[in-house]
Amino acid sequence: MELAVFFAAAVVAVATGVVAVAHRNPVINVMSLVVTFFCVAVCYALLAAPFLAAAQILVYAGAILVLFLFVVMLLNAPLAESDQPRKLQRIFGLAAAALVGLGGAALAVVAIPGAGEGVVEGTAAAIGRLLVGPHLLAFELVSVLLLAALVGAMVLVKRKA
Amino acid sequence: MWAELAVTAAKLLVVATVLLTCVPIMVWVERRGAAFIQDRLGPNRVGPMGLLQPVIDAVKLFFKEDLTPGGVNPILYTLAPMVSMFVALVTFIVIPFSADAGVEVFGVPLKGIHVAPDLGVGVLYLLAISSLGVYGIVLAGWSSNNKYSLLGGLRSSAQLLSYELSLTMSVLGVVLVSGTLNLQEVIGRQGPEIWKWHAVTQPIGFIVFLVAAFAETNRLPFDLAEAETELVAGYHVEYSSMRFASFFMSEYINIVTISALTVTLFLGGWQVPWLTATLSGWPLLLVSAGAFAAKVALLLWLFVWVRWSLPRFRYDQLMQLGWKGLLPLAALNLLIVGMAMGQGWL
Amino acid sequence: MSVPTTHFVTLAAVLFAVGAGGVLLRRSGISTLLGIELMLNAVNLTLVAFARQHGDLHGQVFVFFIMAVAAAEVAVGLGLLVAIFRHQQSIDVDRLNVLRW
Repeated sequence: MELAVFFAAAVVAVATGVVAVAHRNPVINVMSLVVTFFCVAVCYALLAAPFLAAAQILVYAGAILVLFLFVVMLLNAPLAESDQPRKLQRIFGLAAAALVGLGGAALAVVAIPGAGEGVVEGTAAAIGRLLVGPHLLAFELVSVLLLAALVGAMVLVKRKA
Repeated sequence: MWAELAVTAAKLLVVATVLLTCVPIMVWVERRGAAFIQDRLGPNRVGPMGLLQPVIDAVKLFFKEDLTPGGVNPILYTLAPMVSMFVALVTFIVIPFSADAGVEVFGVPLKGIHVAPDLGVGVLYLLAISSLGVYGIVLAGWSSNNKYSLLGGLRSSAQLLSYELSLTMSVLGVVLVSGTLNLQEVIGRQGPEIWKWHAVTQPIGFIVFLVAAFAETNRLPFDLAEAETELVAGYHVEYSSMRFASFFMSEYINIVTISALTVTLFLGGWQVPWLTATLSGWPLLLVSAGAFAAKVALLLWLFVWVRWSLPRFRYDQLMQLGWKGLLPLAALNLLIVGMAMGQGWL
Repeated sequence: MSVPTTHFVTLAAVLFAVGAGGVLLRRSGISTLLGIELMLNAVNLTLVAFARQHGDLHGQVFVFFIMAVAAAEVAVGLGLLVAIFRHQQSIDVDRLNVLRW
């Protein structure tokens, strides 16, 4: 049952992921990436991480990709004609990507034993305890980082008066 | 196993049917309410007091021609109303519509009229899924190949993102006090007395949540995505027939869902002071469901009332209110709640 | 039966490769950023998979931080894109060559 769900999610994730980077229409790119992230959230749920599954949808699909869509629509940029990779770029790019993928997959197959033991459910309470416990400093730093990003984005986009 | 599945399916069916039945009723209430507020009669030709008007409307929408304008992106154009409907129809499963009265059906504990009672991340799930609702509007706006639609879509994406922040922040106050994300437990922690409801203990959070809820459902005074007087009808100008109807229905379902969420988080859910604590079993189930429905109905009337009383915000005023008004207020609420908890008051 | 960790890591490797391909092959700034998001997600997936493998939640906390950083990165990245577009009416990363000698 879980295996079937996983394979369905995996196939959809890869297919929509390919569409997300390959299609010429930026809106279609963003929308198929939404589906990919949804499938990743399904994987999180299978991996006993319900909090992250919800956060994944809330943060990625609900906020980050909406921001992308907003910018795509705001710019409404005509697709540059030169958005055709050059021959060398295509060869090296595909080769590098394939190398990374195959290498990672090979490592995964060779180096990792099957399912783990002692699964810990990643509930909100458990993750929260870790966040304000051992990771408190990082947690506070991230909040400062987010504030900096907020101000930075404002400054970048603001028109000179 | 099978009995449990059957019980869940039955609950799903009941809740979905009730929710979808709410839509025509809401349409009728909205039109009659508007007429009442504006001192006119409203629809009164079809059936007693115009009660059958929504039925006729639905029939009309079914038989209208389904137009697809030229130059649109067909995939996205078809997808947009589906996304809206999908999001509207999957959010309500975490909302407890009644008490967990300990009733058993076919030997399976019913756990109240609550489709997914064991989902630990209930509040997060609801916020996450409802944050996807913006895609329906944005896609409709973009794919219609129409300037008005595009403007509506643009406005709504910025608006929904901004107000989602305040909405989530005000929910955080409740979650902080409750110490759980499961909505049934959130209700349980509020206690039956009115002064223990979060609307009383966290008035700032309640107001912020309510205002943000109006913005999230694209209702006046925040209906800038639609804005029929300036953008003709915003994101759904080009839609007709049942595709338009799906946008229409999902808007009303969203209103019902967000009202139910408000009741759950801030107004004590299905609890009635001094009454629900004395009941158990089937009477509790029925009374609590009735109380929940009554509270939701009050909020729904508030939605109608506000819509026909307030004018629309200008876009910059909307952004000002969201970022400089509601967001600091929500943070203040969180701060006060934290301090009160530190003092042991909450 | 629960899904073995290998499956998840393999899926993550494939997703990472797809994202890397997007970054390397596309020249629209939006697609590049989307590719980066996909790669970040692939990494997150491996982290969650290994967190389950070791029965240790620190991996999931890591993912939480990565999400926060990704949000910040997107806000600034898209801000940059908008600024660049205003400057030269294009988001083609190949035309960002004013600093090239």
